[in-house]
Formats: sequence, C-alpha cells, structure tokens
Amino acid sequence: MTNATPLLSVRDLHVSFNTNDGIVKAVDGVSFDVANGQTMGIVGESGSGKSVMVSAIMRLNFGTDVIVSGQILLNGIDLLALPESEMRQVRGRDIAMIFQDPLSALNPFYTVGYQIAEAYLVHHPKTPKAQVEAIVLNALDKVGIPDARKRIKSYPHEFSGGMRQRIVIAMALINKPKLLIADEPTTALDVTVQAQILELIDSLREENNSAVMLITHDLGVVAETIQQVMVMYAGRTAEYAAVQDLFDTPSHPYTQGLLRAVRSFDQSTRGSLVSISGTPPSLINLPEACAFRPRCSHEKGPQSTCATQRPELRTIGASQSACHLSADEVSRVQREAFSK
Amino acid sequence: MTPILEVRDVKKYFPSGSSRLLQRPTGQVKAVDGVSLSLQKGKTLGVVGESGCGKSTLARILTRLIEPSSGSILLDGEDVTRLSGSDLRRMRRDIQIIFQDPYSSLNPRHSVGEIIATPLRIQKTVAKSEQAGRVKELMHLVGLNPEHFNRYPHEFSGGQRQRVGIARSLALNPKVIVADEPVSALDVSIQSQILNLMQELQTKLQVAFVFIAHDLSVVRHIADDVAVMYLGKIVELGPARTVYGHPTHPYTKALMSAVPVANPVSGRKIGRIVLTGDVPSPIDPPSGCRFRTRCWKAQDICASNEPELLDRGDGRVSACHFPELEA
Repeated sequence: MTNATPLLSVRDLHVSFNTNDGIVKAVDGVSFDVANGQTMGIVGESGSGKSVMVSAIMRLNFGTDVIVSGQILLNGIDLLALPESEMRQVRGRDIAMIFQDPLSALNPFYTVGYQIAEAYLVHHPKTPKAQVEAIVLNALDKVGIPDARKRIKSYPHEFSGGMRQRIVIAMALINKPKLLIADEPTTALDVTVQAQILELIDSLREENNSAVMLITHDLGVVAETIQQVMVMYAGRTAEYAAVQDLFDTPSHPYTQGLLRAVRSFDQSTRGSLVSISGTPPSLINLPEACAFRPRCSHEKGPQSTCATQRPELRTIGASQSACHLSADEVSRVQREAFSK
Repeated sequence: MTPILEVRDVKKYFPSGSSRLLQRPTGQVKAVDGVSLSLQKGKTLGVVGESGCGKSTLARILTRLIEPSSGSILLDGEDVTRLSGSDLRRMRRDIQIIFQDPYSSLNPRHSVGEIIATPLRIQKTVAKSEQAGRVKELMHLVGLNPEHFNRYPHEFSGGQRQRVGIARSLALNPKVIVADEPVSALDVSIQSQILNLMQELQTKLQVAFVFIAHDLSVVRHIADDVAVMYLGKIVELGPARTVYGHPTHPYTKALMSAVPVANPVSGRKIGRIVLTGDVPSPIDPPSGCRFRTRCWKAQDICASNEPELLDRGDGRVSACHFPELEA
C-alpha cells in the first residue's frame, strides 16, 4: 500500500496554542504517511485535534500564539520550512481543502463562476478569458451541477447545501491537486445528499489519481470510503490501521468503545446503549501518561504504566496502537467485546 | 385508551415572497401541511426527515411556541389549540421542550440552578422555600452533581449542558416532552449517554417523548413509533420495528439505505439507493406526490394524484401509489 516515497509524510507534528489559561496542546506528536491515490481517514471526537492538524498541513493557523513543530513533507519538501510566498504556490495547486460548511467557504458577494475562476487564475495567471470559462464549465459539469452555463452567474445563496458543497469541490479540484483535504465535508448535509457527495469525491479521486484525507467523526463514513484510518484522541494518535482491520480487530480501548457505541445504535433492539463514560479531557492539563486512562475500562491503576508512561504507537495485532495493554490482553478484550 | 397527545391535520403556512417593504406576501411556505399523529402515555414517537421537511416547525406547533394555521392539538383529551393567557400557561406544565443546541438554549448569565428553577418560579408549582431542594433532586436525577447548582453553563461540557436542559424540561413533571434533535450536537460516545438517560427517565417517570431527529439510527433506538416526514407531510408512519424492518415508502427506503453503516464489508454500497437532486422548495412543492421528482418509481399518476396515507398492515400507513409491499 505504501510507496517508496509517500506523497505526504507528517513527522512528529506538534501544534500548541498559547492562551490565558495555559498552553493548549491541540496536536501532540502525530506522525503518518499518505500515499498517492490513497484515501486516508482521520477520526476523532470534537476537540481531538483533527481540524487543527489539517490546518497545520495547509499552514492556515500560523500566528504569534501558535507553536508548530515537527515536519510536514510533501514529496520530500518540508512545508513548515517554506517561506510564505512559496507556500502560497502550494496551497490550491498541490494541496486543496474542502471545509465543513460550504456556505461560509464561499463569498456571498461573488458569483460562483467568478470564485472558481479565481482559484484557477491564482495559479495560471494570464490565461485567456474564454479558456478559463471553458475550464470552469467543465469543472461544474464534473461535479454534477446541471445547466452549468447558466449557473456560473448564480450566487452562493441561490444553491442548496449539497450543490454548494459541489461548487466548493469543483473549486478545490480545478488545479488538479495531488492531495485533497476534506474536513468533515458532509457533516452539514442530509444523509441522502451525503451519499452523493461521498461518491463524487471518490470518483474524482480515481479520475485524477489524487490522494484524499477525509476528516470525520462518523465511523459510518469511514467504513464506506477509506483505506487507512487514524483514530485521534486528545491530540494524539490512538490507533492507526487499515480500515478492515480497524473494524474487525480494534486494538485501542478507545476505538473499541467508539465501535461498540456505534454498533449498539445499528442494532434494532431497544435497550441500553453502550457508551464511553466521562468526557474528553481538557487539552490544557493533559496527563503526560495515557490521555484516555480516566475513561478507560482496562486501565491498571495509579501505579501501572498506564498512569506513569505515555504509550507510544506500536504494532498490536494488525494495527498500530498507543496502548500499554499487551497483545494477549488486547486479543482477549477483542474476543469478549466483538465475538458476539 | 385516550392518547396523551393527539394531532389532527395540523398545517402551518408561513407567508413569503414580500421582497419589497409594505407589500403583501405573494406566496406561502407550506412548512407543515396536514400532519396527524397520536402518542400514548409513556411512549416515544420518533419523527425523522431531512432538513426542511418541517419537523422542527412541528415541534414548535406541538408546544404552542407558534400557532398552527389550521388543525388541532389535543393534550390528554383536551383541545389546547386555541388556549391563551392563564389557560395556556397551565397547559405548558404538561408539555415541555428540549432544544437541539445545548449552548444557545441556556442563558449564559444564569447559574444552572437558576435555569432549572425558572419553570418552578414561573409556574409556582413548588413553594419558594422548597425550590432549591427540587433543583438538587432534578440534578441528581439527570446525573449531574447537585453541588454544582451555582455553576454557570460555560463550566459544563456539551453533554452535561444537555443534561441541564433535560432537568429543566422535567421540573414541572410534564406528561409530554418534545425533544428537538436533542443529541445531534453531541459526540457519538456522549450521544449514547444522553439517550440512555432519556430511556431511564421514561421508565421511571412515565413521560411520553416526541423525539425529533434527522439521524435514523438514533430514532430507531429510542422510538416505539416512527413518522417519516418529507416536505411537510408524513409519508410513512408505524411501529419502529415494522418501518425499519420493511419500509414501504420509496423515500423511507432510500433514506435508510443512505445511512453509512459502520462496517466495511456489509456496509459498502450494497443495495444503496442514491437519490438524485435535492429536496424541492416547500414554496412550490411538486404536484401530486411530493417525492416524485426524486423517485425512481414515479409515473404519470404520481404527478396528477396525491397519494393518501393507506394502511399497509401491522399498524403502519404510507402514502405512495407504488408501495414496496412484501412479496
């Protein structure tokens, strides 16, 4: 699955924010690779750092109170070391992004045709007008906007939510980026429209042979479209696995809890739902040891490694998992929870 | 048995299209267009549908936060559609609401103790001296630490805030609680906690829920009966087990197949019905069957005749000319 040189390689990424209440460690040492043509998923609950991480890849969250360290290698070039002028060339051309809310991602004062053309002209200046128009029309056709010639003169408010997201996708793909980052692209949409958009992203990925990073909190969406999954918890990687392995033999207790919670929804019987007790921790005073320990049903007490040592990602079964439980203990837990 | 809540042919039309000042509205948004429902004591009715189908408008009509254009609402056998003044205030004791967003539905300047006591203060059902005790009792009931009554909403997480909203809705011992998307703003692991709490409370207090959600799996879990809405109308209504087990309306079928299943093998695009297009505008809904513009079974009759809700057995009704009946 992984090529010799991955398209994107993130190494030990840290992103912290300086706030009045202390330092918030939003992303705390995350590493992963994305290969050409691959779809990688990042799952986690709100506050797990997934959106902060992808904005760091696009270098959108730089500021005086933000501390970023580590490496983000795109085809071997470290994006964090690039001067802003060069980074501007990367944005939109090599990496493009789709945001959660299509309405706030579009400027209400300009026609959608203008906005898509703008995205193209930034990287292809001095293209003749007629040619740009043809490219924009073609892009709208590809994302399934009917009657594109008429619609390029429409404003964002004249479209429905699903159509707006298609326009944002057309804009993101107009320069044929190698990597498309989709941050919760369907969360604001209805289920019937969500299915359309996910299929569209997947077919366009195949057509352009681009890689997709899909950020979501919905495990159902993960199961549908993704090959490799990273589960994040409190700014750290909890588990990293191929999608089939993650669903069949989840290794990290947090992943197991999430899957059991979701599966108890899918069963038709009424009765008590499985939940994970407690709430996600504050990112200000994160425990140096395992961040999931307070909510974990398998933690081994205050004297154990769970409370004293930060678990590193290591191979447990078919996944990479950041947990102190031994492989035997994990497979016992898996049998108990998932054999039924 | 008289149902605790009965809705008869309720409609709500909002005026629209008056783009110029002082001009009469030119059109109507038919947000809810002839909905009839009934709910038994201690049971849960789930209402599902996509955005714009009128489910939140329905929630507001049921609780009399807005007036229906026509139709009637019976609460415990009594017509409450036209109540006003002190009668309306008395009726509000019996029907309460939980809102979707636990951030905007709690006043940030009031402590949670004050928030939960507000219904008691307004309705004067509990003597002033006993209000503090009742608040603590309610907080304990919904799984909050009663010692935290003088904390403010921002000190609580999303799930805990929704518990505050639930405690407030329970303060007056209502017979019916309308929950408008109570868990959609919460994370999965927290959603289960809140749904479990609501089920426990129902068993304990015998309160009836109208549970409005766009998430089909959430409704499946909590509801006894399910109503599926599309563009202001009910297209299918029946016991949850029957409706989910074998949907007869094409829209219900498509809606269910569109939900991504958290299992890569069984879930991946097997029998998936992907609807084309979007929900049409409720200002000018399609003639005949409102779903026909997105339906793969639509024929001429669907454009000319509006299908009625017909009995399909097992206590379920659906409105379609070509229902998916069992072979």
